[in-house]
Amino acid sequence: MSEVKNFMYLNRRAPYGTIYAWESLEVVLIGAAFDQKVSLMFVDDGVYQLVKGSDTSTSDMKNFMPTYRTLGDYGVRHMYVDQASLAARGLTADDLIQVEWEDWETEEEIDNIVEVVDADSVAKLMSESDVVFSF
Amino acid sequence: MPIEVDGKSLETDEEGYLANINEWVPGVAGVMAKEDELELTDEHWDIINFLREYYEEYQIAPAVRVLTKAVGKKMGKDKGNSKYLYGLFPYGPGKQACRYAGLPKPTGCV
Repeated sequence: MSEVKNFMYLNRRAPYGTIYAWESLEVVLIGAAFDQKVSLMFVDDGVYQLVKGSDTSTSDMKNFMPTYRTLGDYGVRHMYVDQASLAARGLTADDLIQVEWEDWETEEEIDNIVEVVDADSVAKLMSESDVVFSF
Repeated sequence: MPIEVDGKSLETDEEGYLANINEWVPGVAGVMAKEDELELTDEHWDIINFLREYYEEYQIAPAVRVLTKAVGKKMGKDKGNSKYLYGLFPYGPGKQACRYAGLPKPTGCV
């Protein structure tokens, strides 16, 4: 098998109104089946994808917020959120959903893989990735 | 092609999945199983119910790998393996069990 690569999915757009957020999520769900190292990065309006309590009942969109909470089961180890993007929208880490991760073989657990990071870390994490998919 | 369940006609897509998940009733699984010449046991129902709970919580049908692990965690390792699940659902636990449960085909499933 070829070398395992670091895949990063960069999410920059609000969850509803365009198809980008849902498409990104679907690609992550599919890609995670191939044993790659997957992390997600949320910047700009993309941070809204992880804000708790979204309600789509008055729109025709399916609410896929609950789906993010299963990403740990799909092998996603890191979900990074840009601090500056949050701050610019009056949001903090407390407004975001939590996503658990557990290794079912070793029973190693992480309570929350959602992590707020500063601009330097955003740049560093992106440059360390082998492949960045931008949505 | 629509299927007849409890006297009602329910729409399905070209692969036999229910068009509207909200129309699901337990009879759906029975009718689909009969077409596949499969006798549904409590063990089948454990998986079907598990899938419906998973969908309710996460809004997607799990990939078969995730299903296998999750079943193992909830029902024990003797059930959380491909051999057991394929034994119950020979057309593939992801595809076949999701269909019986009224869920869409799992994302990424070909």
